[in-house]
Amino acid sequence: MISEPFTPKNSLIYRLDPRLKVILATIYSFVVALSSKIETLLGAIVFSLVLIALSRLDVREVFKRVAAVNGLILFLWLVLPFTIEGAPLFHLGPFNVTREGVLISLQITVKSNAILLAFIALIASMPLTVLGHALNRLFIPEKMVLLLLLTYRYLFVMEQEYQRLVRSAKIRGFRSGTNMHTYKTYAYLIGMLFVRASARAERVHQAMLCRGFQGKFYSLYNFSISRTDWICSAVMLSVIIGLALLELLK
Amino acid sequence: MNKNEPIINLKDICFSYPGQEPVHDKLNLKLYSKDKVGLLGPNGSGKTTLFHIIMGILKPSAGQIEIFGKDVSKEKDFAVVRQKIGLLFQDADDQLFSPTVLEDVAFGPLNIGKSNIEAQKIAMDTLDFLGLAGFEDRITHKLSGGEKKLVSFATVLAMQPEFLLLDEPATALDEKTKARLIDILHKLDLPCLVISHDSEFLGKTTDSIYTMKNGKIIRDADEQLHCHYHLHSHGASPHKHQKLD
Repeated sequence: MISEPFTPKNSLIYRLDPRLKVILATIYSFVVALSSKIETLLGAIVFSLVLIALSRLDVREVFKRVAAVNGLILFLWLVLPFTIEGAPLFHLGPFNVTREGVLISLQITVKSNAILLAFIALIASMPLTVLGHALNRLFIPEKMVLLLLLTYRYLFVMEQEYQRLVRSAKIRGFRSGTNMHTYKTYAYLIGMLFVRASARAERVHQAMLCRGFQGKFYSLYNFSISRTDWICSAVMLSVIIGLALLELLK
Repeated sequence: MNKNEPIINLKDICFSYPGQEPVHDKLNLKLYSKDKVGLLGPNGSGKTTLFHIIMGILKPSAGQIEIFGKDVSKEKDFAVVRQKIGLLFQDADDQLFSPTVLEDVAFGPLNIGKSNIEAQKIAMDTLDFLGLAGFEDRITHKLSGGEKKLVSFATVLAMQPEFLLLDEPATALDEKTKARLIDILHKLDLPCLVISHDSEFLGKTTDSIYTMKNGKIIRDADEQLHCHYHLHSHGASPHKHQKLD
């Protein structure tokens, strides 16, 4: 089953206004992505960890997601220190490990982890519907928001249809192997999934037309910004500005 | 509109899917404001297609559609039809596309120009009427099958329709939910056309039965509802059953 492990918990971060969280996360990731000083980046990672602590998310789930990204970064560590030209740090057999290479790898690692952690704390901790409506209020085009919300809604239906197809194959003795029959069966499964998805999309559209759909997306959410929201955003914004200054000033 | 005029009047409707035998062949159907009609017919005989033609989702190749005494043929005409005639889809997952129940039920009213507050009020009242108070913040895809069916019925009723088209409403519902749906239909007392293979459900919700045959609708006495004797596991102990009305 596809699940949402980061379901709401009653944390300070969760209660913050979703629009402010989207804006802050966006500014923050730009600042971090454009920084290069190691002091700034270390500051950023500390700040991200504080956010994670404040959001009271399940640490194990957070770790799993971070691990997925760091798996990719590992490959950079295998390549960059050897290929970037610069002053040799030490020799590893016939290869030179350069200072610049290690530095760049370290920067990428810290940057991506800081941004990822902040996004997990601020964005992934809100239900996707709330995110959709927040984006709508932030003047993201209606079509994009509708696309996001419909995808979210029907992801589960499509997954169930896929499970149904797989089950029906299994109860008739299908076992996957490395052979033509397996490839063909999976091709059929995926093909059938596309057919069903498109038929489903057609029916959903018809049902929407029956209820007077004219292409407009309405949002019933009312967001309100409280004093806590202002205070928290002000604090976060000053930290972000602080990081930016640290980067810019000598 | 004259009271004695039919609400839905289909004249010589022909329809076929590309490359297939015609589904409807000069089909005629008149439904009046007091009608509660069940529609029987084998799978693939064009019952659902007929509903989609009435709603203007599918266009017939020939024939005339009159609804509330007005000739309808263009998309604009059907916009009015869709407000007054409510179609309950076979699969509730087709109908419930919003993330939360409240948004889904309010979707129709918002489309016909109600304000946010009005639409929410209509949605809450409709949910309340269906005994679904407290469901408004539930996530639609996490509802049970029966709950999905009732919520999708709420989305139809929120449009305040004057005629109902119900496409297999009782399929895959447990006895309790089915009884609830029957109850709701009695309370609503709206004219309706109901596709169902469940003769008990039809007996309780409709007054007459039409049959789809060879692309036409037949009103004659081929199919009639009547009571049956059957094996009953508690038949020996004296107890009473509800009367069919």
